[in-house]
Amino acid sequence: MKITMTVNGKTRSGEAEGRTLLVNFLRDTLGLTGTHVGCDTSQCGACVVHVNGQAVKSCTMLAAEADGAQVSTIEGQAAPDGTLNTIQQAFQDHHGLQCGFCTPGMVMSATALLKENPKPTEAEIRHYLEGNICRCTGYHNIVKAIMAASGQDVGAIAAE
Amino acid sequence: MPKDGIGASTKRREDIRFLTGAGNYTDDINIHGQTYAHFVRSDVAHGKINNIDTSAAEAMDGVIKIFTAADFASAGGIPCGWQVTDRFGQPMQEPKHPILAEGKVRHVGDPICVVIAETLEQARDAGEAIEIDIEELEPVLNMKDALKDGATKVHDDLTSNLCYDWGFVEENRDAVDAAIKSAHHVTTLELVNNRLVPNPMEPRVAVGHYARANDEYTLYTTSQNPHVIRLLMGAFVLGIPEHKLRVVAPDVGGGFGSKIYHYAEEAFVTYASKVINRPVKWTSTRSEAFISDAHGRDHVTKIELAMDENYMFTAVRTDTYANMGAYLSTFAPSIPTWLHGTLMAGNYTTPLVYVNVKAVFTNTVPVDAYRGAGRPEATFQLERVIDKAAREIGMDPAELRRRNFIKPEQFPYQTPVAVMYDTGNYHATLDKALEMTDYANFDKRAAESKARGKLRGYGLAHFIEACGIAPSNLVGQLGARAGLYESATVRVNATGSISVFTGSHSHGQGHETTFAQVVAEMIGIDVSQIDIVHGDTSKTPMGMGTYGSRSIAVGGSAMVRATEKIINKAKKIAAHLLEASEADIELKDGKFSVAGTDKSVEWAGVTLAAYVPHNYPLENLEPGLEETAFYDPANFTYPSGAYVCEVEVDPDTGKVDILGFTAADDFGNVINPMIVAGQVHGGVAQGIGQALLENTVFDENGQLLTGSFMDYAMPRASDMPSFDVDHSCQTPCTHNPLGVKGCGEAGAIGSPPAVVNAVIDALQRGGYNVDHIDMPVSPSRVWAAMQQG
Repeated sequence: MKITMTVNGKTRSGEAEGRTLLVNFLRDTLGLTGTHVGCDTSQCGACVVHVNGQAVKSCTMLAAEADGAQVSTIEGQAAPDGTLNTIQQAFQDHHGLQCGFCTPGMVMSATALLKENPKPTEAEIRHYLEGNICRCTGYHNIVKAIMAASGQDVGAIAAE
Repeated sequence: MPKDGIGASTKRREDIRFLTGAGNYTDDINIHGQTYAHFVRSDVAHGKINNIDTSAAEAMDGVIKIFTAADFASAGGIPCGWQVTDRFGQPMQEPKHPILAEGKVRHVGDPICVVIAETLEQARDAGEAIEIDIEELEPVLNMKDALKDGATKVHDDLTSNLCYDWGFVEENRDAVDAAIKSAHHVTTLELVNNRLVPNPMEPRVAVGHYARANDEYTLYTTSQNPHVIRLLMGAFVLGIPEHKLRVVAPDVGGGFGSKIYHYAEEAFVTYASKVINRPVKWTSTRSEAFISDAHGRDHVTKIELAMDENYMFTAVRTDTYANMGAYLSTFAPSIPTWLHGTLMAGNYTTPLVYVNVKAVFTNTVPVDAYRGAGRPEATFQLERVIDKAAREIGMDPAELRRRNFIKPEQFPYQTPVAVMYDTGNYHATLDKALEMTDYANFDKRAAESKARGKLRGYGLAHFIEACGIAPSNLVGQLGARAGLYESATVRVNATGSISVFTGSHSHGQGHETTFAQVVAEMIGIDVSQIDIVHGDTSKTPMGMGTYGSRSIAVGGSAMVRATEKIINKAKKIAAHLLEASEADIELKDGKFSVAGTDKSVEWAGVTLAAYVPHNYPLENLEPGLEETAFYDPANFTYPSGAYVCEVEVDPDTGKVDILGFTAADDFGNVINPMIVAGQVHGGVAQGIGQALLENTVFDENGQLLTGSFMDYAMPRASDMPSFDVDHSCQTPCTHNPLGVKGCGEAGAIGSPPAVVNAVIDALQRGGYNVDHIDMPVSPSRVWAAMQQG
């Protein structure tokens, strides 16, 4: 079947089977490989995108379910000239990523968190990231980056 | 010094692509005409394959070819890269590890056949239609049972399930026994070092592409060491000469050891691409990763620590059963032996050490190096037994360690277990950690917790590791079938920019930034002028890759040596341009000047002259500015540190909360403190994961019960505390040019004993007579121990 959706502000179409997952449609059909697949049980969160403004794991949604939806992925977060947005910049400033594989999902989840809760506490950030697994950073600098992106003082979190 | 030179927390340049979805991971690579491979794997732990019927599957839409072991009759098995000699002087038993199962399956996940189809869905559908008749055999699971007479064998052609019985230092065996017999006090501890699944977030992927017109193969793979894969697969498995085989490891999403090894899937896609004359792609699912990536740890150990009347350590004896799994993964035999036994002196002056390791085949997934690799197993048993000893004799655990530490003035220090530590200051790191954690006031905090009905505990561990792997001639004597040097080519371009081609491989470590900082510092140009290229055998010189915290210590040293050659040649060119003696030329801040004069030439002026050699000493100097160096380390490096964990245990539930985790490390000189801190954070998180959460459980049939992220407890953000890390105690390495020791594994080595020591401390302070709980120290285990204690 033909699926059409608005991805990062542009209308995109492609063919998909009924069983095609949104993440595979984005990666394989539309070539948006920034969204990653890190598991097959909807645990890791590497595939988080926004659908109609809500953060979703794109491995738990069929492409057909997103027909006609507004989809936002990691590729659409920086400014058109490549300037990182506030959250992306905070991740770089605070070393909130190492191998980069979980990073797109982390950034998309962090974006959703700050929309819901513009000044989260450290505990709220850690709780919110329950569905995003990172194996490299121990989360310390991810938490710090999100807190910094929200405009809060990160001095309370140990210096490095 | 340029602002982004050595010692600067330069932001990582690689982050830009990772933060914008522009990374290029192996699964992001798609080649025109690509086909998809689906592996059909054993769902039993041990069995005889009676029949494989692929006829229905072959007739299905999109199926191109189905491969079985018969298609690989001419290929070699997956080779093992290290041969251990046992304590009787005999080589280890080394079974064949076929690409696809030959007649028998030996673990859940053992690949039996592979479907290649036009789409992944078609390949999977066809895989479901293959009928495999397997006669189940009794699985070999328990290591001690596996060594009993008459035990079922994993490999029929071996004499038993024993891979090797290793003793080290064998000549000390009797002396250690005697020292233990005559000791004033002996502390004994039996423990399990739990099996872990490395689980980098990026599952493994391999794309094979054969170009018939040129008879050239390209393998894109999620590897920490593309040249090692090229050598092992080309020379030992498929018989492809190196010049016809290119291995590319692009952006790799974490490794932690599990992407060192040459895996069957890599050989498969490379070979199959030639057979069907189309590219072949395989992407592991996470479920597949759990049963096909090499696991880590899995030791069962008894350790004895002997002390004299002054509580000085007089001997350590340890007996370990190490699980190899069903086959020998690339470096598996070396992990419980040379990467484990050589660390059993720890930070201490113990004069006599004897380590016995029995490596055992079982019907489980193969086990190999996982972050730390042998050193966490050594550190855990030593730091746990010391803590237990301190409690038995009623001494402060910090004091017992301190009195047995090698003293700063004793370096270089020859241990009784072969290795010689070049530098260290264990008193400094211990004092730093105690100060950072306000050890002096712990009792007040414990009282405050007690008032809230909680049990507070303070856990300390001190560790040593051997990194910067490794002197080639030494490891050759120990059984390595590879050299462990590293390489770098520094290519200076005509306008002065530089491309460095390194044999190290970055899969999260940030080499593109730190390596550039080093060259920027040496030449005095802006870091933006330097690019680091890695991960492609067609670009970089033969290199051994990244593991064992070796990149900056070995790869960085090769880069320094190559850059020194560049500078030496550039000085000759500058001397010519400035009409001065080469001996008078100084390089500072990217400018060559003649000492004592105002005559100078910029870096870019010299590089341009090298490539446009009009005014150039052509009679005695070649044009161009490109140099290669291979660096073989003279010794290992020995990072060390003191780790402290403070916990609260809920006596009603047994739940352990980590209140704080502190790491005071000595990594020698540090290139980028921000990145070093990040490496420690990640290592500590993996160590806390091992201590509190992670475990790999097989049932009595050999089925993996913890086969997904729903059952295997990966640490989440809410499981982790903030970390307090310090690396201000620095005793630089004496034998490499940067004075660096490496920082990648430290966190995973020092943290498990710190966590468990803290839990035991909490329970004992709470009046519970509990002296050990095996990892993971889960609420149920803590609660059960409290009921008995």
